[in-house]
Amino acid sequence: MKPFKLLLIPILNIGIMTFQTVDAKPATDLFFGEAIYYAHKGEYFDAISRLDTELGQYYGLDEPGLDSLHQFIDNAQFSVGDFELYYRMHQRAGRAITSVIEGNVEPAVRNKAIYRLAKILLQKNQPVNALHAIERIKGDIPDDIRDDIEYVKAVIFMVNGRPTDAINILTGLQSSSTHGGFAAYNLGIALLQLGKDDEGIIQLDKAGATSGSDEGTKAIRDKANLALGYKLLESGQPEMAKKYLDRVRLNGAFSNRALLGSGWADIALKQYDRALVPWTMLSKRNVTDRAVQEVLLGVPFAYGKLGLHGKAAILYGKALDSFDTELNKLDASIKSIHDGKFLEALAREELKLDKSWVVKLRDLPDAPETHYLMHLMASHDFQESLQNYFDLEEMRKRLLKWEVNINAYQELVNIRREYYKPLLPVIEKQFQLLDSRMRLRIEQRDNLENKLQSMLIAPRPQFLATVSERINGSRVENLEKRVKHLALTDESRQRVELLRGVLNWNILTEYHERLTQAFKRLRELDGVVADLKNTYRSFVRTRQSATQSYEGYDDVLNTLRLKVVDSQERIKTAMLRQGHMLETMAINELDTRRKRIEGDQVKARFALAESYDRAQKAQADEELLKTVEENARRAGELAKEKEKSEALKGGDINNVNDTTGKDVVK
Amino acid sequence: MKSKIIISLVILCTGLLMGTSMAQEVSKAQIKGLDEQVQEIKKDVLGISTELALLEEKLLYPSNTQVSVFVSFADKEGFRLDAMDVKLDGQEVVHHLYTAKELEALRNGGVQRIYTGNIRTGEHQIEVVFLGKSGLGGVYREKASHTITKGVKPKLVEVKVAGSGLGDAIEFKEW
Repeated sequence: MKPFKLLLIPILNIGIMTFQTVDAKPATDLFFGEAIYYAHKGEYFDAISRLDTELGQYYGLDEPGLDSLHQFIDNAQFSVGDFELYYRMHQRAGRAITSVIEGNVEPAVRNKAIYRLAKILLQKNQPVNALHAIERIKGDIPDDIRDDIEYVKAVIFMVNGRPTDAINILTGLQSSSTHGGFAAYNLGIALLQLGKDDEGIIQLDKAGATSGSDEGTKAIRDKANLALGYKLLESGQPEMAKKYLDRVRLNGAFSNRALLGSGWADIALKQYDRALVPWTMLSKRNVTDRAVQEVLLGVPFAYGKLGLHGKAAILYGKALDSFDTELNKLDASIKSIHDGKFLEALAREELKLDKSWVVKLRDLPDAPETHYLMHLMASHDFQESLQNYFDLEEMRKRLLKWEVNINAYQELVNIRREYYKPLLPVIEKQFQLLDSRMRLRIEQRDNLENKLQSMLIAPRPQFLATVSERINGSRVENLEKRVKHLALTDESRQRVELLRGVLNWNILTEYHERLTQAFKRLRELDGVVADLKNTYRSFVRTRQSATQSYEGYDDVLNTLRLKVVDSQERIKTAMLRQGHMLETMAINELDTRRKRIEGDQVKARFALAESYDRAQKAQADEELLKTVEENARRAGELAKEKEKSEALKGGDINNVNDTTGKDVVK
Repeated sequence: MKSKIIISLVILCTGLLMGTSMAQEVSKAQIKGLDEQVQEIKKDVLGISTELALLEEKLLYPSNTQVSVFVSFADKEGFRLDAMDVKLDGQEVVHHLYTAKELEALRNGGVQRIYTGNIRTGEHQIEVVFLGKSGLGGVYREKASHTITKGVKPKLVEVKVAGSGLGDAIEFKEW
């Protein structure tokens, strides 16, 4: 059993911030706002899809400058990259963000994009590229991400083996309200990286005593104390190590390893009875934890050191029983994964609604023991693979729904075609008739207007005569002809001339009034014509939309259907591969734990045999001692009896008694 | 004692062999390769989603009949929106209950498309009723209506909700 293990926890575990909220700012474009709404709900697929659609329409416009998205276009492009990042489309997001960086944007926007890109690269385990990216930040930095940038820069320097640069930044971040705790811890680690052990220990001591009652601060304190404790154990300072390890909370995530280390510090100080205090406490915890399994051997080891070999043998026996149980559990878990139960359980929707779904997974029938997988499940590779599996599953469901929708749309188009196709030619014929009549009327109206306009220049009163005036006029004209041919009296002729005069008088004197009236009526006619034209346009639109409601969809629907089928196939294959990868990762993890337990089992068996031998030897020694003491007691009794009998007989009793007593003892 | 040791060694060897036979390595390259493949699929499925969205809009909600109602927050602090009803020409077209996530999204500047449907050209009445809680915890109900004129273009109506409860809690904006 190895007493000390270096447990300087990797800085990336705590150092890298997770993407949990989007940075997109409120927009006044409705569709951009809708994408933001979905992003804030964590539905990134819908957010990207909506923003992609909107951007596609924007770029298809003849005059995009008039669109409401125009003034937010840079922000929208940046946001689509941002959403893609959250949706783990790092390649496309990287490209989108790079285009923003290289585009004509303000330094603040560019710097924010560079910061995001550096984080992606760091997350994707490309530290050198992350370094190149972060070094491009220049000029104005938005206040809200100033500390974030500095912190990520420090982490990048540490990952690239430049602790000195990291130390300079981290020293300046000690008072940061958002990163102070992480910076204090990482500064200690960076100093240790640089070989400045004394300063590193002092810094970790500070980080371990940070004030604050929130869970994050408590976790950093525990982590710093744990790291420091193990560092001191490794460098042979168990007394100091114990001081730090005992600072770690007993109910925190690091408590098991702290209790284990605390016990080892006591062992190193040869205070075996004191080691039993933390170890006994630890041994009662969940046995799936590696520290608990280690201490199952540690407790009997301490008892053995105290000379209590019998107790040690019993506890080694119990440890063996426990290891047997755990090995059976692990075998059952491996079998369950092989049977596909793990993936089945992972895909259950109800579990995803609960934050502690990983723990609840173990309550499902035949699901593997998730306690053994907690460490694996927390790893970046597993999380990425798991999220990909979830995303594939979600897309599979979407495609199934779309397939149904596409078939429904095809049916809808067919129904519309069946309804409109026979109807439209009849309507079209009627429309043509109405159309020709309408054109004629409009032509008449135009002629009328032309005449009226010309009358403004050259008055033509006769044109404005009423119907009765025209009838009367033709009658008068007949009379005039008859008067001309017949030899009538002057009186008769004068009467006809009077009629003509009355008619002309009325037509000429009312001309202006009639002209005004004619224009007024023409305007009234224009209103009717406008209504007619509206109805005409409405009909044309309706006819067009009726045609458009079923024409031109067949090819689009067929193409979409093919794309859906193709994607379904690809998703099926990818899910199989991704699922197999997850299963393999889980089995490997369980297998590693299995091998460790088997190793412990072997050690326990040897230790049990040794303790048993020692206990037996101790028992034999004890029995021998008891026999010797019994013999001595009996010899004494015999000597006393002999003395009594000699006294009764008389003679030198004292001499005889002494000699007999010595012989018996010999 | 000897027999115990032999048994344990046999068990150890069996375990190791079992372990070897089951364990398959998952390399970083494999993880990366599959991740890239998944990203490609995501890109293609997003493409289908965009095409389908455009098709649905054209097929189900053509411009000359389309009407959409959007909800946004004018006042983002100290107000909780619980439910919203939208009526179009006296007919209830949507009743929505808000989740905590949706409220958070609205507070962060998101705009919710609460309804999309079809109407004829001409004048129509939109009525909005919401139920919420003010910053002080008082429950209040607000109602407002607005007349829209539907033309040949899609009609987009934004309903801006404020939590002041001073009579200007609902504001309509046509786009």
